[in-house]
Amino acid sequence: MSANLPAGHGTAGHDHGHDTAPGHATLRGYLTGFVLSVILTAIPFWLVMSGVLDSKQATAMAIMAFAVVQIVVHMIFFLHMDARSEGGWSLMALIFTLILVVIALTGSLWVMYHLNVNMMPGMHEMKQMP
Amino acid sequence: MTTTTIDPRAAAAEAVAAAPVFHLEEEHAHAEGGSTMLGFWIYLMSDCLIFAMLFAAYGVLGGNYAAGPAPKDLFELPLVAVNTTMLLLSSITYGFAMLAMQKGRVGQVQFWLAVTGLFGLCFVGIELHEFSGMIHEGATPMRSAFLSSFFTLVGTHGLHVSVGLLWLVTLMIQVAGRGLIEANRRRLMCLSMFWHFLDVIWIGVFTFVYLLGMLR
Repeated sequence: MSANLPAGHGTAGHDHGHDTAPGHATLRGYLTGFVLSVILTAIPFWLVMSGVLDSKQATAMAIMAFAVVQIVVHMIFFLHMDARSEGGWSLMALIFTLILVVIALTGSLWVMYHLNVNMMPGMHEMKQMP
Repeated sequence: MTTTTIDPRAAAAEAVAAAPVFHLEEEHAHAEGGSTMLGFWIYLMSDCLIFAMLFAAYGVLGGNYAAGPAPKDLFELPLVAVNTTMLLLSSITYGFAMLAMQKGRVGQVQFWLAVTGLFGLCFVGIELHEFSGMIHEGATPMRSAFLSSFFTLVGTHGLHVSVGLLWLVTLMIQVAGRGLIEANRRRLMCLSMFWHFLDVIWIGVFTFVYLLGMLR
């Protein structure tokens, strides 16, 4: 990573030739990420604050989808993640972490939800019986 | 083995040449700090797991109001929107600081770091204002399981931002003293990852805690 990139190298960095060295950020990359994040933040807030969608379920699904997309945008444009950074090990660590996060989150919610349902008073004499 | 007397040094050299090579020829000494970025990334991933657990706790306990206030009674979305804007702006200004660092301009780096710090300070200030308002209304962490998990999750994020601010000031002093030396560039890149990572966590917070909370 050199302090002053020659002009030719700088323009070459704009097309797909991403350097493997860290800190290959470009102004265009940051601005693209910023504009996308603003849009992806504004829409969910607007959806919830104005209540355009009648169904709460649909609104919830929409804002979660926007969050996932925005996280990916941040990863690419701000954290400069790609398959080649650190020889692919960053991505491997990220995938491993995501697997753990998914197991922990779905596992906790699933188990605790069923625990709550089954601890409900009076459920045994009601329709939940097989 | 032949019995002819040979020069022992030549024999040794021959043995070395014949011995299998177990390492890559181009293996070289690693530059200082060469693995710092990967190590810091792995730290961030472990931090991500901490937040995942706090999100899971909030997901499980977030509906237990204990007849106390619910998200709808407490959250003010306009305030959260302003807060989100502050963090997003601080992310882009940190990006500008990184671009200035690549060009080697100390003054610009310091300027953008200071702007980032101001936005971060606004974020923490607004969050503390929100917390104090909630606590004045009696919505303390002790009130219900929902509030305990809410304060733990959002408070941990706020604590991270505060530590990031402390780090930012430290680095500004370092850059002022020693300029953009290799070590300082590495530190600035680590803080860059930390700062953008906190913004990623905040996306989860405003979506799952605030927006979904208002929908409940």
